[in-house]
Amino acid sequence: MKLKYLVGFLIVMGAIAYLAFGGLGNSLVYYVLPSEYAENPARYEGKRIRLGGLVKEGTVRYDPKSLDLRFVVTDGVVDIPVEHKGTPPELFKDNQGVVVEGRFDGEVFRGENLLIKHSETYQAPPEGGYTPEEVRKLIEEAK
Amino acid sequence: MNHAVKPALLDRASTYLLALAVVVFAVGQYLAFKAPPDAQQGYLVRILYVHVGAAWVAYLAFFVAMLFAVLYLWKQHPAYDRLSSASAEIGLVFMLLTLFGGMMWARPTWGIFWTWEPRLTTSAILTAFYVGYFLLRHAIEDPEFRAKAAAAAAILGVVNIPINYMSVYWWRSIHQTATVDLINRKTHMDPEMLVAMLVNLLAINLFFVAFVRLKGRLAALEAAREERYEQ
Repeated sequence: MKLKYLVGFLIVMGAIAYLAFGGLGNSLVYYVLPSEYAENPARYEGKRIRLGGLVKEGTVRYDPKSLDLRFVVTDGVVDIPVEHKGTPPELFKDNQGVVVEGRFDGEVFRGENLLIKHSETYQAPPEGGYTPEEVRKLIEEAK
Repeated sequence: MNHAVKPALLDRASTYLLALAVVVFAVGQYLAFKAPPDAQQGYLVRILYVHVGAAWVAYLAFFVAMLFAVLYLWKQHPAYDRLSSASAEIGLVFMLLTLFGGMMWARPTWGIFWTWEPRLTTSAILTAFYVGYFLLRHAIEDPEFRAKAAAAAAILGVVNIPINYMSVYWWRSIHQTATVDLINRKTHMDPEMLVAMLVNLLAINLFFVAFVRLKGRLAALEAAREERYEQ
């Protein structure tokens, strides 16, 4: 046995065990749905969690000066108002799947990190195609 | 053994395979750059043409490593051990490419390079497992014991593949499900994009076969040289 490689091997095995039992356990429920939160709000109060759902149509308010971004995350059953500070990601728009990392502060969810969950469907833009600039403009208009 | 003849690293079949892979890859890249941008994410979608192929070949390579490992345990011929190791090595390279390409894609679309969600976590475990596989190979000096232990690890390793593939269906994840959905037999893709993706996939598969042959040959030459020194 060559000691150097054996030590490396044991470290990697330890890392896998840590990921499999610790990390994977946490990531199996990667995000909480609004209706799951509504069932037991006390369980999530003050804890750092991920909230997942769709951006409710017509609820996005963004102030480019203060970078205040407000919108409602919904799973079709329960709506939760989200307050986030920062520029919305490029793919952010109405009915977009999002995962927000943050904490509940009473009724409001304070987002610290805003992630986009896009679909597995890839389609050409309609009628001969938009340039990326046009796509960006469309997203901008949807806000 | 005739020492006067210098053994060629690239046999004729591998040379043709490599040349064909380069040509098909060039065509694939041309088609990828000709394909329309995605309605949502624009030209960012082009990472897909390499990302999907790299991930697929990583799976394939780990699976082939398992097949050669079974062959080794059955026939006890060192050549099967060398090919199993070669395939696992190429699998690891493609897995790292998958992780790197995925991160480059995730930052502008999801908004983050890395997050501990099921597909990414199981990918990290899969990658770490094969890093461990090579550390194990280097830790054992006796060739026969090394080959047997490595074969056991290569067989165990494939368990990761279905878990990694199914992770987006079994658990909530931020990673999208498969676009060419083998489970529900549907394709959610523009035909032009699909053709470009499939041609790139073919090219990466051809590269894989050529690389395994090349790496297997290299390992055989190394083993032969070591044997000569020992005598």
